[in-house]
Amino acid sequence: MIVAVASGKGGTGKTTVAASLTKVWAGPVQAVDMDVEEPNLHLFLKPELTGRETARLPVPLADQAKCTACRACAEICQFKAITVLAGYVMTFPDMCHGCGGCTAVCPEGAITEDYRELGEVLWGRSGEIDFLMGRLRIGEAMSPPLMRAVWQRVDRIGDVIVDAPPGVSCPAIAAVWPADVILLVSEPTPFGFHDLKLARAAFAPLDKPMGVVVNRAGLGDEALYEYCRETDLPILLEIPFDRRIAEAYAQGLVIAEARPEYRQGFLDLAGRVRDLAGRVRDLAAAPLLEARHA
Amino acid sequence: MDKIAVSSQGRSLDDQVDPRFGRAAYFIVVDPDTMSFEVLDNGDSRAMAQGAGIQAAEIVADSGAKVVLSGFVGPKAFQALSAAGIKIGQGVDGVTVREAVERYKSGQVSPASRPTKPGHWS
Repeated sequence: MIVAVASGKGGTGKTTVAASLTKVWAGPVQAVDMDVEEPNLHLFLKPELTGRETARLPVPLADQAKCTACRACAEICQFKAITVLAGYVMTFPDMCHGCGGCTAVCPEGAITEDYRELGEVLWGRSGEIDFLMGRLRIGEAMSPPLMRAVWQRVDRIGDVIVDAPPGVSCPAIAAVWPADVILLVSEPTPFGFHDLKLARAAFAPLDKPMGVVVNRAGLGDEALYEYCRETDLPILLEIPFDRRIAEAYAQGLVIAEARPEYRQGFLDLAGRVRDLAGRVRDLAAAPLLEARHA
Repeated sequence: MDKIAVSSQGRSLDDQVDPRFGRAAYFIVVDPDTMSFEVLDNGDSRAMAQGAGIQAAEIVADSGAKVVLSGFVGPKAFQALSAAGIKIGQGVDGVTVREAVERYKSGQVSPASRPTKPGHWS
């Protein structure tokens, strides 16, 4: 099972939840930090890193001498990474998404592949936990290509808990896409509520079970709770607004370990996540739903 | 005299210059000798998540203009326009398209040799 810990709003506690959930998870588990723009799960799990590789993306290298300015490359590129202006072929390698379309359509064989460095994939172990993360190269604008390189290293022997990037744009989608269950970490403030709705709407087309973790419970108002009740979005755990949690976080500690009074809450969360995944499997077996997915 | 493409907020010579090149609403391509002009819609470039400057440069290059007047031209558009042999006059802002062309004709706008603004990702 793959569990993605996501959120619309940043700073709601994704890493706090992912780290604790991993620590209390029964059975083999891999913790994956997909927030490659600003990874921080390693600060809490403190893994011993045993491997790393540099991830690269193919980008076009154009040979002006062979180019006939036919514009086939310019027309197929959706990202303006290659164009022909005044008879000259020009490339903008940092705009390239690496699809290889230009190389494939060039009738003159004028385009070969160069590479753009995306960043690093790092892995190791934190006690019994398998650990994996990506770190985007400084200056690199796109994180999904590096995230795909991280996904290729995901070990499917056990369960996988993914610390996703915040927001609802391409990086967030790339992190929850392969998940079986999505946890939405939010807080009961107007910002938290607003961005929870955005995240749910963005992920809904993926047709995956979702549940909410309410962090900093006690802050804000009732709007988020009413919305979850009225729209059948289950709240799987509430984490109180507690200074001692913030203090543990600031010291790089995992809440489920450093504040034993919260351990049971994360154990319950793990059970509810399994229930949520299982319930969907049962439903998927029903003929009616199979028809819908066909 | 070469045709001049001016980034514009509207469709006439009396509209304000759009200070942005890549995401300008329109380009007014002016024949400075007769002040006759053609309007190019840049709406498709504006809607792009990325590459607006490059697409705008293509539009301008296809129009046959040899000079661009705008507020700011980003690095990729600058590279594309330069490769197409188009001169770039920047810092033209707060005036109408007509005034921008008059300023250029009287030598008050000198073509820049490098972009004035870093890209959004830099």
